[in-house]
Amino acid sequence: MTVRARNIIVLGATSAIAEATARIWAAAGANFVLVGRDPARLQAIAQDLSVRGAKSTSIVSIDCVRANARDELQKMVKTLGRLDLLLLAYGALGDKEILEQDQKAIERLVATNFTSSIAWSLAASRILEQQRSGTLIVLGSVAGDRGRQSNFVYGATKAGLACLVEGIAHKLAPTGARAVVVKPGLVDTPMTEAFQKKGFLWSRPEDVARIIARSAERGGPIVYAPSFWGWIMLIIRLAPTWIFNRLRI
Amino acid sequence: MSSPPLIDRDDYCSWGRVVRRRQRVVRPHFFSELPGLVGLPSSKLAIGRRRSYGDSCLNSDGSLIDMCGLDRFISFDAKKGVLRAEAGVVLSDILHLTVPSGWFLPTTPGTRFVTLGGAVANDVHGKNHHSAGSIGRHVRAIGLLRSDRGRLTVTPASEVALYSATIGGLGLTGVIEWVELDLARIAAAHVDVECLPFENLEEFWALSAESVGNFEHTVAWIDCVSKGSKIGRGIFTRGNWSTTGSLIPHKDETWKTVPIEAPSSLLNTRSIGAFNEVYYHLQKRKRKSRLHYAPFFYPLDSVLHWNRLYGRSGMLQYQCVIPKGEARRAIPHMLSEITRSGGASFLAVLKTFGALASPGLLSFPREGATLAIDFPNRGRDTLEALARLDQIVQEFHGALYPAKDGRMPARLFRQSFPGWEEFSKATDPAMSSDFWRRVAS
Ligand SMILES: Cc1cc2nc3c(=O)[nH]c(=O)nc-3n(C[C@H](O)[C@H](O)[C@H](O)COP(=O)(O)OP(=O)(O)OC[C@H]3O[C@@H](n4cnc5c(N)ncnc54)[C@H](O)[C@@H]3O)c2cc1C
Repeated sequence: MTVRARNIIVLGATSAIAEATARIWAAAGANFVLVGRDPARLQAIAQDLSVRGAKSTSIVSIDCVRANARDELQKMVKTLGRLDLLLLAYGALGDKEILEQDQKAIERLVATNFTSSIAWSLAASRILEQQRSGTLIVLGSVAGDRGRQSNFVYGATKAGLACLVEGIAHKLAPTGARAVVVKPGLVDTPMTEAFQKKGFLWSRPEDVARIIARSAERGGPIVYAPSFWGWIMLIIRLAPTWIFNRLRI
Repeated sequence: MSSPPLIDRDDYCSWGRVVRRRQRVVRPHFFSELPGLVGLPSSKLAIGRRRSYGDSCLNSDGSLIDMCGLDRFISFDAKKGVLRAEAGVVLSDILHLTVPSGWFLPTTPGTRFVTLGGAVANDVHGKNHHSAGSIGRHVRAIGLLRSDRGRLTVTPASEVALYSATIGGLGLTGVIEWVELDLARIAAAHVDVECLPFENLEEFWALSAESVGNFEHTVAWIDCVSKGSKIGRGIFTRGNWSTTGSLIPHKDETWKTVPIEAPSSLLNTRSIGAFNEVYYHLQKRKRKSRLHYAPFFYPLDSVLHWNRLYGRSGMLQYQCVIPKGEARRAIPHMLSEITRSGGASFLAVLKTFGALASPGLLSFPREGATLAIDFPNRGRDTLEALARLDQIVQEFHGALYPAKDGRMPARLFRQSFPGWEEFSKATDPAMSSDFWRRVAS
């Protein structure tokens, strides 16, 4: 895979998957705007990306969930000159037990994974549409493919997000710009730290990163990471209810 | 932001896979998470990729701070060859970064899958020990986090005692957060290599003596399964960096892996004997060649998790150094003891260490000869065979390498590392390890 040098905005740049992906782009000489909440963490990542070959890095420490997406994005694009890629990688898993009880927790999760992500995605798509080029990549999840007892509130937000990105891709199609939702399966990141990680279904952030980097070049609008999740989710989606309801997944 | 959780794990083994105890593990990703972790009530130990063989990277009574998530570069001066990076950066990634601009690690162990912090905490050595010394000689500064003193920058000038305790200090002086290292200039990514078969140890000593002045890298593989007149036969490898050629780093994508543990019976005396016979005769034919640095320095890395070949019971490595004056007498004893016990393996490596002093109080390398052998773990028989080797090491005033050890008696440790008491004064009160409790208490 050859990766082109680009002007890239990463929302949620301190997430493990985003950081691993940014390293691939850095080695190709990208210009970055790195967005996240913690300036010290962003600084460490920016420094690392520069050493790895990034042409320029600037950091913006804001809370993407609360920020005014449209205004902030405009400022970022001005810093970069133009926007070739926007990776939306922030998100939260939430605690299943708490989510089923606590309305505030639900609102927070939906605001993080869904409401604010819509605002950023739409703001980005407007810019890409005008430019008639560039790609929006949003991190979804296989959890959005079929509601399952283990994480359906989280899954619902990711399902909504996938539908949104598909729609944006549809809208952008005639312009030459693109939108992709990348759906990882089980990934060993701080978000899943409490899980027991046994078996071949777990991947590393770097594995997912390679797929994200590839989807910046081509493919979409739905990309599974790694691709075997496409087959797994196909089976799960097609499983008849009477079988599905017996699975403890 | 909350600190990451401590997780109970049964998959945290060291490379030898003999010790199977549950470990409580926390995996930080940013410096800001570390001070909170150092303040945890139980004892802790920072670890890297667990490429140490025994129990020096385990802490069964306390918790482990897995530093692999702290794997960022901080700065790289491609003109002067100075690199500063977080402790969890893997040597393999350093080479990807620096080789294209003509810089290599000042010295490297036989695997590139170790972290910078782990390499410094063991003061590792490589095939170029006689020309470059151990890695600690090339460390300019260490960012150290102590439970009692907070964040420190440790250099030979600023913190004399703590510097010599931290290099080779087995993680016991605090958490190494980052390291600044001097790299070595290379003109090409290749090594001009010569392989010379030898029939006995006398020929090895002669080859060694003849090579050290002219070759930057030397090492020998010894067939320690063959008996009688063939004892001590082997292949001597020596090389220098090529002066012309490309600067293309190694590829990591072509890894093969051993996916599961082999049946314990796979590596027995007969299969290992057959391997050694074939290997000896294959290598015998090759004489001069030009090799990329990856197969030269890291022949084993092309098979990921090769340690699983030893099966569920794992393996013990025995690496000792015998001081210069004694080595010629001690090594033959050891080889005949090993051949007699019949428990050895493919990997017997013999190398002479040069006179360049190692900076750490617990550094292993010292002038003399070092022998390293893997033993499939067969329980009591293996332990008894190793205890007989201990006696030879002790008699000839040698030392065992803590990174490779999982069993040496406290007595031998204290004899081998006379600086250990001074070292123990510099340890961090919050740090401990299975190894340390075994040899120091
Ligand atoms: C195939 C193979 C070949 C090898 N060849 C050689 C060789 O040629 N020469 C040689 O010298 N060694 C060799 N070794 C040993 C290896 O280089 C060392 O054990 C190395 O230190 C392992 O690094 P690690 O990152 O896996 O650290 P670990 O094994 O996880 O830890 C090593 C030690 O460092 C400490 N430590 C790790 N990170 C930190 C930190 N951030 N702060 C403080 N303490 C820390 C740990 O507590 C532990 O005491 C070899 C090992 C293998 C598996």
